[in-house]
Amino acid sequence: MSLSGTTAEPRAEQPFLQHHFALPEQQAEASKIGMWLFLVTEILLFGGLFAGYGVMRMLHAEAFHQAHAHLDRALGALNTVVLLVSSFTMAMAVHSARRGERRRVVLFLLLTLTLAGVFLGVKYVEYSHKFRDGLLPGRFYAHRGDATPGQFMFFSFYFLMTGLHGLHVAAGMVVIGWLLRRALRGEFSARYYTPVDLAGLYWHLVDMIWIYLFPMLYLIS
Amino acid sequence: MSATPQAESGTRTYLCVLAVLLALTAVTVLAAGVNFGAPSVNVVIALAIASLKGSLVALYFMHLRHERPMNAVIFLTGLAMLAIFLMFCFLDTASREPVAPSAAPAPQAAGGARPTSARILRAS
Repeated sequence: MSLSGTTAEPRAEQPFLQHHFALPEQQAEASKIGMWLFLVTEILLFGGLFAGYGVMRMLHAEAFHQAHAHLDRALGALNTVVLLVSSFTMAMAVHSARRGERRRVVLFLLLTLTLAGVFLGVKYVEYSHKFRDGLLPGRFYAHRGDATPGQFMFFSFYFLMTGLHGLHVAAGMVVIGWLLRRALRGEFSARYYTPVDLAGLYWHLVDMIWIYLFPMLYLIS
Repeated sequence: MSATPQAESGTRTYLCVLAVLLALTAVTVLAAGVNFGAPSVNVVIALAIASLKGSLVALYFMHLRHERPMNAVIFLTGLAMLAIFLMFCFLDTASREPVAPSAAPAPQAAGGARPTSARILRAS
């Protein structure tokens, strides 16, 4: 990329270009690198939970196996499908933004937002089932008649991991809502769609984390 | 000149990737019901399928495949750090003797015996 500073257009016609960048492309690349660095910190945040989960599952394999049977595998699979499709619609929103198709950007952002809502709705159904049965983390665990002790441990990880992931979904919905508002105002074009691009990256990472959470929590054999 | 040469992926590509991701989800659910001999085999299969799905998301949905490699370097460095972190956690757990329950009697021999993690815990 040439950084000679010879922009084809005057800055007045590129209101999105910050003064400390020479070119729109340079600004977009820098933003993306920043987003990827943030995504890495997210991976390490969840990584701590993955490590704790792995250690506890190694130490209490039977309790984890027994406890995971309380989860509804069909609902977990449904949510996996919902999130995968939402990743697709988000990719399509970025794709449409890149091609300057403003109406399609709005459409795909709306679809993504709806699917995110469906995901949290299914999660709500699952959580209320766990709450009713006393399948709660740590000392709040109140389920009776377990064959293997220590199942509260599984639910500590279940609620921590899906809870943190759910918070990320909710945060993603706020960001997508904000993008929708900006898209409806016509602020994005083929020349400037960085916010859509970056939110897309974040959304795909949330999807990727769920791709690991699903077999770890729902598919213990 | 374009800083983000990523025009290669189109609607068709994204649809294909989605179809593969959904198929792999079905495979991982089915594989969880099969007895491969040892539970650890199931874990390896489940994590391998998840990693395949994650790679597809990163390569196509997140554009790593058609981008300059800087972002991929950042991402893979993060994953390498996570791998080191997880590896030592699991190596440590797998190579320890079981921690004695807190009500267990104190060990008889003070010297000579290998220090168990229970004794290390008590000593600290």
